[in-house]
Amino acid sequence: MTVVFDGIASGMLLFLIAVGLSVTLGLMNFVNLAHGVFAMLGGYVCVVATGRYGVPFLLAVPLAALAAAAAGAVLERTLFRRLYGATQLDQVLFTIGVVFVAMAAARWGFGPQQQPIRLPSWLQGQVTIAGVDIGLYRAFLVVLGLLVAFGLHRTIGVTRFGARLRAAVDKPAVARGMGIDVDRVFVITFAIGSGLAGLGGAVGVELLGLDPSFPLRYLVYFLIVVAVGGSGSIGGSLLAAVLIGVCDVAGKYWVPQVGAFIIYTVMVVMLIVRPQGLFGTR
Amino acid sequence: MDSRSPDSLSPGPDAAAATPAPATVDLAPLRRAARPRWPELAVWLLPVAAWFLLPEDLALLTQIAIMAIFALSLDLVLGYAGIVTLGHAAFFGVGAYAAGLLAAKLGIGDPLLGLLFAAAVAALAGLVTAPTVLRGTGLTRLMVTIGIGMMLFEAANKATDLTGGVDGLQGIEMTPILGLWSFDLWGKTAYVYAVVVLLVLFLIARRIVHSPFGLSLRALHMNPARMPALGVSVDARLAAAWVLGATYAGIAGALLTQTTQFVSIDVLGFERSAEILLILVLGGAGRLYGALIGTIVFVTLHHVLAGIDPEYWQMWIGLVLIGIVLFARNGIMGAIDPFERLLARKKTEP
Repeated sequence: MTVVFDGIASGMLLFLIAVGLSVTLGLMNFVNLAHGVFAMLGGYVCVVATGRYGVPFLLAVPLAALAAAAAGAVLERTLFRRLYGATQLDQVLFTIGVVFVAMAAARWGFGPQQQPIRLPSWLQGQVTIAGVDIGLYRAFLVVLGLLVAFGLHRTIGVTRFGARLRAAVDKPAVARGMGIDVDRVFVITFAIGSGLAGLGGAVGVELLGLDPSFPLRYLVYFLIVVAVGGSGSIGGSLLAAVLIGVCDVAGKYWVPQVGAFIIYTVMVVMLIVRPQGLFGTR
Repeated sequence: MDSRSPDSLSPGPDAAAATPAPATVDLAPLRRAARPRWPELAVWLLPVAAWFLLPEDLALLTQIAIMAIFALSLDLVLGYAGIVTLGHAAFFGVGAYAAGLLAAKLGIGDPLLGLLFAAAVAALAGLVTAPTVLRGTGLTRLMVTIGIGMMLFEAANKATDLTGGVDGLQGIEMTPILGLWSFDLWGKTAYVYAVVVLLVLFLIARRIVHSPFGLSLRALHMNPARMPALGVSVDARLAAAWVLGATYAGIAGALLTQTTQFVSIDVLGFERSAEILLILVLGGAGRLYGALIGTIVFVTLHHVLAGIDPEYWQMWIGLVLIGIVLFARNGIMGAIDPFERLLARKKTEP
């Protein structure tokens, strides 16, 4: 059971980072392989804030999210928006280019080594409930993941902004005609997606580690979540992320000789069975 | 294969005619495009010149020839068939391990036999994966290509008994090519061997892309809705191109194994797939010479820049990629296009 819980927790973490990608890739149809860059940025902001300036962890995490959101908004305005109409190949090439530049920048700024993070004492240790060992930090991740999932679901499904976003995505021309500032909606959406990645990156340092190769190492995982979940579906991303987290942790725990092979197999099989993803509509 | 597919490409009222009338269609432009031209000969003099001018760098030049074959294979898949893949190293690695295992475990060290074996295994891998890859579109297809690549990487990583895992596959002994030329310490034989294989594969690819089959691939790229309407089986053609690309990649991998007598796990790595994509778009996808030029420029740049500053080589790759997408969509070959057109116009004018 502990393995399953650990799997759920790492799935939640995966969800936190990847849900932003699900929004940009799924809703805005933009293949953003540079998504992990925002998560890495969030991670570094959190590490520097807590480690060098002694900012409390709970304050550093939102700070990281804000920094990533700001970076996302700036990059969207200056670079990414040029590629909305471009072919998939162009988007892939461009965003991989961004990943390489960001990795070099991170190495230049922080060196190639792993960054340590010190968690507040109330998040360390574990409790045993009904025979299941539950790490407090992992429980924190699960709660955070559920909160974000619920919040996003409400934002996109219920609020006026969500309605505008869906309109802008489905028929940009008509949305513009109705007086919706489509460009602004896209910037905000992109910033939210990047901010969530920053948030995930910040709380993920403990589990995933943080070094300059982060955006490339976990890129495939993020993409798997989106592809398996079905682009643009919050619930699908959540389910896919948890499924992959559990498969990954369980696979590494019970059959270590197979390792990460399991995840890729699960993904390929899922995509053969349902090419549009679990909850995809396209 | 399908004599009518070129009709759909040629301009003029004949193309729209409902009744097939091959005799009235002017195939001359297509024939002209298929004929060899003099700049091509100049390109092929480069490896000969390099042999004399850079005798110290034959190992690097061999790498260039091998990477050029790999880029050529991706060009067939991406440039001509239009399948975006980030897992092309899978076939490179399959070929590399096939040739390596044949020599190391079975003791069959004949290079040409190894190439054929690797080509067959890679083609088989292409055949097995083709339906999976072609099933989805867009992101799903991209993810399946990545997934297949990563699955093979993990498999090779874990099957240490067979592949040596991260330590690599060792103990590969090569017998002389055709029993005549043995691989020497200075890499002379390896260089000539790689260049000759490249030339042969290039000529075959050249023949294929100018054949009706190749033209139908290009037409599919230009107008995906029209080709099925003309009665062309889209999936069969894409699958054929995929298998062909896989075979070429397998041969490239086998060459790397045979010339270095070692297989490292990163023949299957994601970075290799991304790198070859970069090489191809740098040179210009959808043209055979784009693959060659891209490889020469990329490997040379890598050699020079990484020599100056190995840390930030990656940043240069990234900047080049961003620059290509924003400013030079068709790569180096696209940049020399206007000159070529100028040349062609001069010739046709009376």
